[in-house]
Amino acid sequence: MTFVTDHILTWVTFVPLAGALLIWLAARSDASARFMALGVAVVDLILSLHLVRHFNVTQATDQFVEHVAWLAGGRISYSLGLDGVSLWLVILTTVLGPLVILSTWTAITHRVREAMGFLLFLQAAMIGTFLARDMLLFYIFWEAMLIPMYFLIGIWGGKRRIYASVKFFIYTMVGSVFMLVAILYMSVQAGSMALADFMLLDLGAEQQTWLFIAFALAFAIKVPLFPFHTWLPDAHVEAPTAGSVILAGILLKMGTYGLLRFAIPLFPTATLALGPWLAWLAVIGIIYGALVAMVQKDVKKLVAYSSVSHLGFVVLGLFSLTTTGAVGGVYQMLAHGLTTGALFLLVGVIYERRHTREIADFGGLAHQMPAFATVFMFVTLGSIGLPGLCGFTGEFMILFGSFGSTLLPHAKLLVVLASTGVVLGAIYMLWMYQRVFLGRLSNEANRGLPDLNLREWAVLLPIMILIVVLGVKPAPLVDRMTPSVERLLQPLHAEMARLQADDPQPMPLVTDLARLTEEER
Amino acid sequence: METHAVETALRWIVLVPLIGAAVNGLLVRRMPRRIAGLLACAAVGVSFALSVKVVLRLVGMDAEQRLVTDTLAPWLGLGPLHVNIGFAMDQLSAVMALVVSGVGFLIHVYSLGYMAHDAGYNRFFTYLNLFIFAMLTLVLGENLLMLFVGWEGVGLCSYLLISFWFNDEANAAAGKKAFIVNRIGDFGFLLGMFVIGTTLLPELHHGEGVFSFQVMREYAHLLGPVATLAGLLLFVGATGKSAQIPLYIWLPDAMAGPTPVSALIHAATMVTAGVYMIARMNFLYVLSETAMAVIAAVGAVTALFAATIALTQNDIKKVLAYSTVSQLGYMMLACGVGAFAAGIFHVMTHAFFKALLFLGSGSVIHAMSNEQDMRLMGGLRKKLPVTWWTFLIGTVALAGVFPFAGFFSKDEILWKAWSQGGIGLWLLGFLGAGLTAFYMMRLVSLTFFGENRASDEVKHHIHESPATMTMPLVILAVLSLTGGWLGIPHFMGGQNHFETWLEPVFHQEAAGHHEADLVQELEHGALGETVAVLATSAHVTHDVIEGLDHAGEEAMEWTLASASLAWALLGLSLGTWIYTKRQGLAAAGQRFAGGALHRVLLNKYYVDEMYEAAILRPGYAVSERVLFRTVDAGLIDGLLVNGSAILVAIVSALLRLFQNGRLRFYAWVFASGAAGFILYLTVSG
Amino acid sequence: MEVGLTHYLILAGALFLTGTAGVLTRRNSLIMFMSVEIMLSSVNIVFAAYSRASGDLSGHVFVLMNFAVAAAEAAIGLAILVEIFRLRRSVNVDDLNSLME
Repeated sequence: MTFVTDHILTWVTFVPLAGALLIWLAARSDASARFMALGVAVVDLILSLHLVRHFNVTQATDQFVEHVAWLAGGRISYSLGLDGVSLWLVILTTVLGPLVILSTWTAITHRVREAMGFLLFLQAAMIGTFLARDMLLFYIFWEAMLIPMYFLIGIWGGKRRIYASVKFFIYTMVGSVFMLVAILYMSVQAGSMALADFMLLDLGAEQQTWLFIAFALAFAIKVPLFPFHTWLPDAHVEAPTAGSVILAGILLKMGTYGLLRFAIPLFPTATLALGPWLAWLAVIGIIYGALVAMVQKDVKKLVAYSSVSHLGFVVLGLFSLTTTGAVGGVYQMLAHGLTTGALFLLVGVIYERRHTREIADFGGLAHQMPAFATVFMFVTLGSIGLPGLCGFTGEFMILFGSFGSTLLPHAKLLVVLASTGVVLGAIYMLWMYQRVFLGRLSNEANRGLPDLNLREWAVLLPIMILIVVLGVKPAPLVDRMTPSVERLLQPLHAEMARLQADDPQPMPLVTDLARLTEEER
Repeated sequence: METHAVETALRWIVLVPLIGAAVNGLLVRRMPRRIAGLLACAAVGVSFALSVKVVLRLVGMDAEQRLVTDTLAPWLGLGPLHVNIGFAMDQLSAVMALVVSGVGFLIHVYSLGYMAHDAGYNRFFTYLNLFIFAMLTLVLGENLLMLFVGWEGVGLCSYLLISFWFNDEANAAAGKKAFIVNRIGDFGFLLGMFVIGTTLLPELHHGEGVFSFQVMREYAHLLGPVATLAGLLLFVGATGKSAQIPLYIWLPDAMAGPTPVSALIHAATMVTAGVYMIARMNFLYVLSETAMAVIAAVGAVTALFAATIALTQNDIKKVLAYSTVSQLGYMMLACGVGAFAAGIFHVMTHAFFKALLFLGSGSVIHAMSNEQDMRLMGGLRKKLPVTWWTFLIGTVALAGVFPFAGFFSKDEILWKAWSQGGIGLWLLGFLGAGLTAFYMMRLVSLTFFGENRASDEVKHHIHESPATMTMPLVILAVLSLTGGWLGIPHFMGGQNHFETWLEPVFHQEAAGHHEADLVQELEHGALGETVAVLATSAHVTHDVIEGLDHAGEEAMEWTLASASLAWALLGLSLGTWIYTKRQGLAAAGQRFAGGALHRVLLNKYYVDEMYEAAILRPGYAVSERVLFRTVDAGLIDGLLVNGSAILVAIVSALLRLFQNGRLRFYAWVFASGAAGFILYLTVSG
Repeated sequence: MEVGLTHYLILAGALFLTGTAGVLTRRNSLIMFMSVEIMLSSVNIVFAAYSRASGDLSGHVFVLMNFAVAAAEAAIGLAILVEIFRLRRSVNVDDLNSLME
């Protein structure tokens, strides 16, 4: 047992990958592929629960650390670590994993083996991204998740799937390539690829600016931050349900995670200078995403644009550079993963029955599928931030934290603008709900549609429960996140202190960071 | 032991209706109808009983210490930010809780009869219980965030219940409108919360909940500089929830919901949440004269504005809806001039008679086979005796006739408007009161007097409502008669128990403030001892002047009260007379100014149309044509993303021209290149 | 008239240009081959002339090597050309464009 628990992070990361290989090589039928995939995902979930149970609540630095020298004479290492921020994102991934596989039980009917394999491969890559503490390892995982996603969209997707998957792949890669250059540059400066060593670097303002832009571009495309968002609607619309759920639920969070884990702590000077620009883009995205979502005719596209809007809140929270705002941002990552993931699952339910996503094709659906309508309303309320559900908790922390921010210029104005998103969200979601579910059952094709079956309930109910739990009891999650978030913001505060003391000497900064990172080794 | 039981009773007041909603909701298709209805009524009944229990405990406590708290768990603890999930009942919350659970119970019972033939019976009671849960959370929440949870919760239930009969697109649209307009208000509310929170947070001690009402009250002196801003922002929320100008537009549309919903949510409870919030935050508002002035002005104008619209409406529920908007204006007016207790008093009395009127109208609609147009009613007095008498009592109470409830509360407001606000505010309220009496008697005349104008089919079915519906009517009628007696003012010889009960909550009512300041200055001025001596004599003089003032005040109160009464009676009689004996005058009034005036009022001043034209349609058009098509699809996706792909394609197409497979071309390129290179070498030497 | 180095170089240059012109402008691949041979010959003349002028024998050696190269190239080139003619029935170089993009 200790063999597992001593290297728990490796197990959590690679069990899905092993499962994928097993399915590709050994699965004999579609059914066995599905069951194997589900089994592997559940095993991964159980393993990840170990992380929650043995997580030290007050510790800010990485836990369950694994560090093995790997390439280039030890300069590139296999280095994994888990802190309060990574913890919950990994849990989100392992929770959504089996649910996604279960949800796609009857949706994917050809080449099932490959599909299941890709889903597990994707899960491994995503978990690896959240756990990697060596920059090259991070980059490998970061790029690795593009491959299964490309295939998922390209093989099992909709009509314009080739266009969507190629667009997704190349767009993301363009940003990532600049990040690779930045990583290489920094690795030369630091002498290794370890994140801890990167944190020790003291870079000049101009260097930081370019490096920040490189990193931030890659993450901004992933978030997606306005105006780098146009790959998302196409990817979502053309992707199969499972792909959309994972894309919205977790993949997008990798962008915001990257901003918090790398862009802000590694480049404090640049963050202070350029962060406000990102905050403004975020707020523009909130309003823009909402307004464009309102005029969509395809439900999936509407939810895609709503993601742009919701994740704008997260980026605003991060770049408020306050603990409350940043913790709210991380919390909203989880909340959004649940609510938007659930929305895509619900869209998948109706798509499986009717093979259309056009709002005009529906109407009065609540008469025919009342349980479905109720669940949809519930998730909608979570999405628009009804107090008591998860969306409100995150949004509240973000907006309140940002409002009191002293490091973000025009913070109050940004919050006022961002808060309009609260109204706009209600507008587009309720209007869509009305056109789809209320009124008369106008389209005869919708008559006789079956309501939610047991499998669909099994997928949706856990998410609904989590939506309530995250709304009513945020304290356990917040308590574990806060120390790590504070630690990630520490270089920034140190930089502020240094600027205010008007002291150009970099020495104290390095000593502080050195002391911090000492605990990690 | 007993104290503990009372404290935990608080949480059950709120949670029992939630449990009722959960049970009914989860078993919505399997639960037998009768049990669902009775379960829901029982849940609210338990809430009411527990509320009474806690209130009795409060009564037994010392006047200054009347507070029972029940903290369930911490919600959030992020650095200095602490928020708890907890409930608290003080004098103010006590009144609200009793009204909500009491009137709520009566309306639940009424619904047993009203919704008896409805297919969505179980669903209805689920939502109704959920609403009571949310409303009680609102009034019993121990901090502003709990209040907000309830605030949005009632907004949700309002949405669900307005669009209850969602088969009709119009009902669904009305529900959506209500939710969204309320959300606009919530936008302001949130910002107000943020202003308060960020101001107080740095000054708190560890663990103090920044949004807790007790804590905020303690640190209220720090809120001075932001009081106007925060107050106005919170008020924006109140205009949404309590249907004041400019966010009242959802309330008339909300009449699309079943009548018990209109009675409970849109008359007695949810819409008063804004008034409650302002009264609860009185310590903030008294710091800002500007905010108070705005509230008073908006309230007064809304009161008159809505009353003018109510004059012309033909739908019985629409008249009552605009009447509610108008009466809410009075409550806001009261708060705005610092008479918070008067505002809450009117909340209570209004809950009684407005719920009564709505339930009565429901009885009428029920009898008239779901007809709501008053032009097709008439003569129902004889066929629906209980409904008629209770409705009359409600009307008279609303009009403000002595000794009915409305008289005392409305009078109190008008007096405070006069003495603390100014003649302008008083006049607006006064005029509105007359119009109220007039349009109510118009309603009564058209509905209950004269000949029945319905079709034979409908006439055949007219019958009095069952006991489950008439019993609540009777109880509410009794309350409409006697409810005001809790607040008989001093000048009429009464003790005004109501105001005394609430006094500790509103310690710094505006008028009291000035007096206190005056005395303070006299007692602690720079001249010290001499001043102290002078002060004692000044005190004596002060008392004498006060006494003289008092007598003058009392005379004024009598004058105003009599004037209001006379005016109300005039309105009542005129309304009756014109609509029973002189319909010709009514018709002439409609044709006045070529019918333009009537059309404007009938069409609610075209406010909805203005909003649609100025905001909704341009908003949609801009979003679609500019943002989506031009910017998103055209500019960003088309030009930049796909454009860069096309650029790559073009460049590669150009480069491809060099690969035409023709040998001689390759040779030429080769030779030219070599020649050029040699030339370059020769020239650069 | 003294025939010096310059005259040889001019002759070689003229021959080279003739050859180049032939390669670039003629379509018949046999003619292109002959033009290439002319270019090679011009190079031979340059080598021989410089060898004579400087007295270094390396130039003559290069000429001999050049003969071998020319011969080998002509042999293989003509062999390929014959094969192409058998397949395409044409020695027109413009027809051989299958390496086109």
